[in-house]
Amino acid sequence: MKIASRLVSFDPAPGDRFRPISTPIYQTATFEQEYSDQFGEYDYSRSGNPTRAVVEKQIASLENGTHGYCFSSGMAAITTATKLLQNGDEILADNDLYGGTCRLFTKVLKRTGISAKYADACDLENFERQITPKTKMIYVESPTNPLLRVVDLRKLGATAHAHGALFCVDNSSMSPYLQNPLDLGADVVLHSGTKFLGGHHDVTAGSIVVKDKVLAEQIYFVQNAEGNALAPFDCYLLLRGMKTLKLRLDCQQKNAQAIAEFLSQHKAIQRVCYPGLKSDAGYELQHSQARGAGAVLSFTTGSVALSKAIAENAKLFRITVSFGSVNSSISVPGNMSHASVPVELMSQRDLPKDLVRISVGIEDEEDLLADLDRAIQSYR
Amino acid sequence: MSSPDLDISTVAIHGGRSLDSHASSILFPLYQTSTFVHDAVGVDKGFSYSRVSNPTVDALEKALGALEGTPPVVCFRTGMAAVTTLFLSVLKSGDHVVLTDVVYGGTMRLFREVLDHLGITASFVDTSDPGNVEAAITPATRIVFLETPGNPTLKLSDIAAVAEITKRHSILLAVDNTFLTPILQNVLQLGADISLLSTTKYIDGHNATVGGSLATQDEKLLERFRLIRKTIGTTQAPFEAWLALQGMKTLPARLKLHCENAQTIAEWLESNPAVSRVYYPGLKSCPQKSLAEKQQGAAGGMISFELKAGYDATIRMLNQVQLCSRAESLGGLETLITHPSSTTHADLDPELRRNLGITDGLVRLSVGLEAPQDIIRDLEQAMVAAGCSVQEKEVGHENR
Repeated sequence: MKIASRLVSFDPAPGDRFRPISTPIYQTATFEQEYSDQFGEYDYSRSGNPTRAVVEKQIASLENGTHGYCFSSGMAAITTATKLLQNGDEILADNDLYGGTCRLFTKVLKRTGISAKYADACDLENFERQITPKTKMIYVESPTNPLLRVVDLRKLGATAHAHGALFCVDNSSMSPYLQNPLDLGADVVLHSGTKFLGGHHDVTAGSIVVKDKVLAEQIYFVQNAEGNALAPFDCYLLLRGMKTLKLRLDCQQKNAQAIAEFLSQHKAIQRVCYPGLKSDAGYELQHSQARGAGAVLSFTTGSVALSKAIAENAKLFRITVSFGSVNSSISVPGNMSHASVPVELMSQRDLPKDLVRISVGIEDEEDLLADLDRAIQSYR
Repeated sequence: MSSPDLDISTVAIHGGRSLDSHASSILFPLYQTSTFVHDAVGVDKGFSYSRVSNPTVDALEKALGALEGTPPVVCFRTGMAAVTTLFLSVLKSGDHVVLTDVVYGGTMRLFREVLDHLGITASFVDTSDPGNVEAAITPATRIVFLETPGNPTLKLSDIAAVAEITKRHSILLAVDNTFLTPILQNVLQLGADISLLSTTKYIDGHNATVGGSLATQDEKLLERFRLIRKTIGTTQAPFEAWLALQGMKTLPARLKLHCENAQTIAEWLESNPAVSRVYYPGLKSCPQKSLAEKQQGAAGGMISFELKAGYDATIRMLNQVQLCSRAESLGGLETLITHPSSTTHADLDPELRRNLGITDGLVRLSVGLEAPQDIIRDLEQAMVAAGCSVQEKEVGHENR
């Protein structure tokens, strides 16, 4: 089956005698047991919940994995994946990484004896040189956030495995519709379900998908032990959102392409980062490993004041952190989503202060272009 | 009126209300949103992203803070997420923790299987004797974690006496107050630094949600909990917070009835010849009754009892109940019955389990709000049907 069919055609309620077409919300903390000394399929919603089971199976299937797990946020999913490591281990990560992930690696994991190093994963030779015997996890996003650099997932996966490290890919900016990291060699694929999967900014969620039974058992163990699983109502919202993933992304991506082309020809704009542009350094690689360039792009203007004015004067693009929703959003990452990046890392990565990131929604293409044009013109 | 003027029953209903909520709706709205629009770059109205904070979760945090007598608490996705965040907030590799030995099995598992790998160690001791706590403290100890009443044998620990020890050693004292809630035991007033609740239990009270909270007077600790929560993403979901917020309004009324029903049932169990022992701090026979009266407002809604009959008859009895439900968890309207030695505490070493009093005949009851005579009739018929009055040879079940 093609993805458009797979997104809506799955068993929404396994074993349910009423055969609902939409998954029931099992808003319950606990489950009555048939016997007092053995558990049935479900016993406690932290450990397992029928609504969650449906969405976990669906995300696993969409990512071509065998086991999926959903969490109360993308960060809870990432935190859980790092529990595959132990005291003394090291993570090697790309240096254009979401700020919250950097904060986790630097401020929390460090205290438990797990260290993180950052390097430009687009420079494979130098990146590989940073690997030490302690490196047990390679962690990247592709395209990266917010610079939209494209990382060669196939080559990096082979490098990670040659050194005995787990290869983790945060696929939030692409979604399983556009890219399947497990097929390219990743061991663990992560999502902030808040983004394209949910698609409506009405749910905060995260997921992990793996294709290995032992990894799956370890992830499930931590999900249950630490109690970070996604709540039933949120599972329902995520599942509902995922059904229109292709519809939304097709439209968002078409709008994003038009905006990227418009901006790249606009005299007030210096540089546009979007791997859908033929002129972009990542264009070829992106199209060799993904089925599109996505709906997130960024650009510089040469002036922090102009960048802020564009963000504040745009009307259809709302200033919010997060991305991937049906609504277009705009942010200045140095001030917002990446404010949590530690200073020492900020100085090492090339994050221009005037960088504007936009996430393109499903509004009308002409309206979006007119809004951006007006926002740029309004700055004097 | 400020909350010190108000009775706790009033605080439970009005503590989460906020006059600035939209549309004057009597219930706080459900903000089912992940993100918030900013007025300008870097300027928001206090909410930016729901993993960090959300108005509905915030309302629950204010309401629970009013009950605890603290600033707004920090709410989590589950009770275990609260426990995890607490320990990740205050510990680093090489640190050590002292915990109650009769602690919830999930807390024990977190240490054995997760924190242990990160170089954090723990000692589980009988904290009912404060001397054991003092003896277990090492230079690496950063926090003492009590659960009182303990799970499942309801063994009590003297919070004020342990607080005196932790203060002298300049370390933190946290108490899991899930079984009693701040209504029946204010652990912070008794000297603890941190109060932990699984809100899944009495706070929600309807078995509708899972959640957890951490309360403290210490603003720096609260800030630390919020920082770790947003970093590891263990925040409560808006809809769950909304349900818990409605559930907690009846907490004082529910608890009163839970306690009354539990007292009636505990007394009946004590007079029942099939029962060898009843654990309930409200019974005159309870060896810790004076401690219960000192630190608790009432005895609570949890009872454990031991059947004279062995493993097989106990299992038969649990399988015969009709009104009571065989289900994990506690603190809801429905009476739940569990067999700790084969379920919640099955992972424990059999010898350790027996030493903790978790015998094959031990049954835990979360007394619900059904009429107590109906619960008693159900237990009685189940005991008769299972042949519990006939004493069996105790058969171990280590191999099951």
